[in-house]
Amino acid sequence: MAETRWMTINMGPQHPATHGVLRLVLELDGEIIVKAIPHIGHLHRGVEKLAENRTYHQVIPLTDRLDYTNAMGNNLAYVLAVEKLLGIEVPKRAQYLRVMMAELQRIAAHLIWLGTHVLDIGATTPIFYTFREREEVLRIFEEVAGGRLTPTYLRIGGVAKDLPDGIEEKIRDFVKTFPQRINEYETLLTQNIIWLKRTKEVGIISKEDAINWGVTGPTLRGSGVKWDIRKAFPYSSYDEFEFDIPVGTVGDVYDRYIVRLREMEWSNSIVRQALDRLPKGPILSDDPRVVLPDKEMVLTDIASLIRQFKIVSEGFTPPKGEVYASVEAAKGELGFYIISDGSNRPFRLRIRPPSFLNLGALPKMIEGSLIADVISTIGSIDIVLGEIDR
Amino acid sequence: MSEPHLAISKLKEKFPNSILEVETFRGEITAKIAKRDIYEICRFLYSDPELQYHMLTDLCGVDYFPETPRFEIVYLLHSFKLNHRLRLKVRVQEGESVSSVESIWKAANWLEREVYDLFGVPFENHPDLRRILLWDGYEGHPLRKDFPVEGPDFDKPYKPEV
Repeated sequence: MAETRWMTINMGPQHPATHGVLRLVLELDGEIIVKAIPHIGHLHRGVEKLAENRTYHQVIPLTDRLDYTNAMGNNLAYVLAVEKLLGIEVPKRAQYLRVMMAELQRIAAHLIWLGTHVLDIGATTPIFYTFREREEVLRIFEEVAGGRLTPTYLRIGGVAKDLPDGIEEKIRDFVKTFPQRINEYETLLTQNIIWLKRTKEVGIISKEDAINWGVTGPTLRGSGVKWDIRKAFPYSSYDEFEFDIPVGTVGDVYDRYIVRLREMEWSNSIVRQALDRLPKGPILSDDPRVVLPDKEMVLTDIASLIRQFKIVSEGFTPPKGEVYASVEAAKGELGFYIISDGSNRPFRLRIRPPSFLNLGALPKMIEGSLIADVISTIGSIDIVLGEIDR
Repeated sequence: MSEPHLAISKLKEKFPNSILEVETFRGEITAKIAKRDIYEICRFLYSDPELQYHMLTDLCGVDYFPETPRFEIVYLLHSFKLNHRLRLKVRVQEGESVSSVESIWKAANWLEREVYDLFGVPFENHPDLRRILLWDGYEGHPLRKDFPVEGPDFDKPYKPEV
């Protein structure tokens, strides 16, 4: 009787196609994967624990570093949760600025995904195109917020500062040229026979399985579930914008690719709508408990100086209670669950990481397929280990 | 007080003794559940044709040290049919275990492992209960309130094994 033996190989943590420090233990029967066991945690920094020891304002920079390709979206999810806890309203202009930045960030995050994903599969050219456009977005962030990768632009109650002079023209230029750029990516990939062979019918996950595994974001929509937090639980005035939710049919790598491309087009359209209809007015809420006073006032008025000092040193104390707020981040549903005990620090801050649950479904997608397909499947679920390991 | 949500009224009808408390804060419904029935309640919420909580959005632990029971496990369910989120909570004593809901939602597999890793709450009938973020052999559970932020070995010199 012939003896059956499986070969166990180790992929990562130092592997260019695992997008960070992910280790996969693969058991192989020839070239077929029998079992895949992901090992995570190499980038664990204890963000949830750190947050318990900081005031609410001090947590914002930590959120930038979760999914570091989607910093604005992370900021947004966190400040929405705190604002819900406090029960404060954010001015319309700030809401529109938040939407604009979150959508630009989504474009930038999807551009990283596209460039690196196709590079993993072997197409070297598109990454030069996508990073060219991503650079334009990061330049915009640099002018608006001062930071490129970790802008920390959002504040509890609004945004850090208003748009600088001349930036609206630059954003408009970007929005005008970007659809043309997407066409360029499509000419390189969408009908490319090698690309089709590597992505069609690869890494399939069905609708029911995707929901059961807690998969969200473009990966869920690629499987044909028309569900997006921006539509299901609208936040930050998303109900005032016109956009559609692109969905796939098969749930393979190719469908997820198409969904993300269409999402970039819609994001681009949302940025244009936000620019066209950007309301005038304040960019911060006027709640004196939470929002820092105007700098001019701090320098001239003693009461404002005291208030500034108190908010910076002690923070503020929200009411007792617990809230959950989530946004549609580039990777999926990013949620923050905050329990407040009435003190100036969160009693418990739980981050619901989309990539964590999407990666949890990876074994389901790749077991039974070829080892070469692991690379394209990992690329297609678009994981960022900074968020998985927290 | 408006009418209770469909899921809550159904739960109260079906499990009258296990729904300990229902709270609403900022429009979010939280039901505190007796630990012994968590699996049956989740199974019911998942399979009831009018509710269909098909997605486990989140599962996390909370440490209320030095209260007893010490831990709380929080389940956040989502129903596509109702477009509704429902939060369930159970309290767990230190050393006790909770029934795993992994056989209902596969998403619970990793989420329960994370709670086990960071809080040290074990789950019954979990197929693969190992640490997930920290390495095997790590001592302690970092998200417990009596675990120091800087770590237990912060002031000890680093001596690699040669």
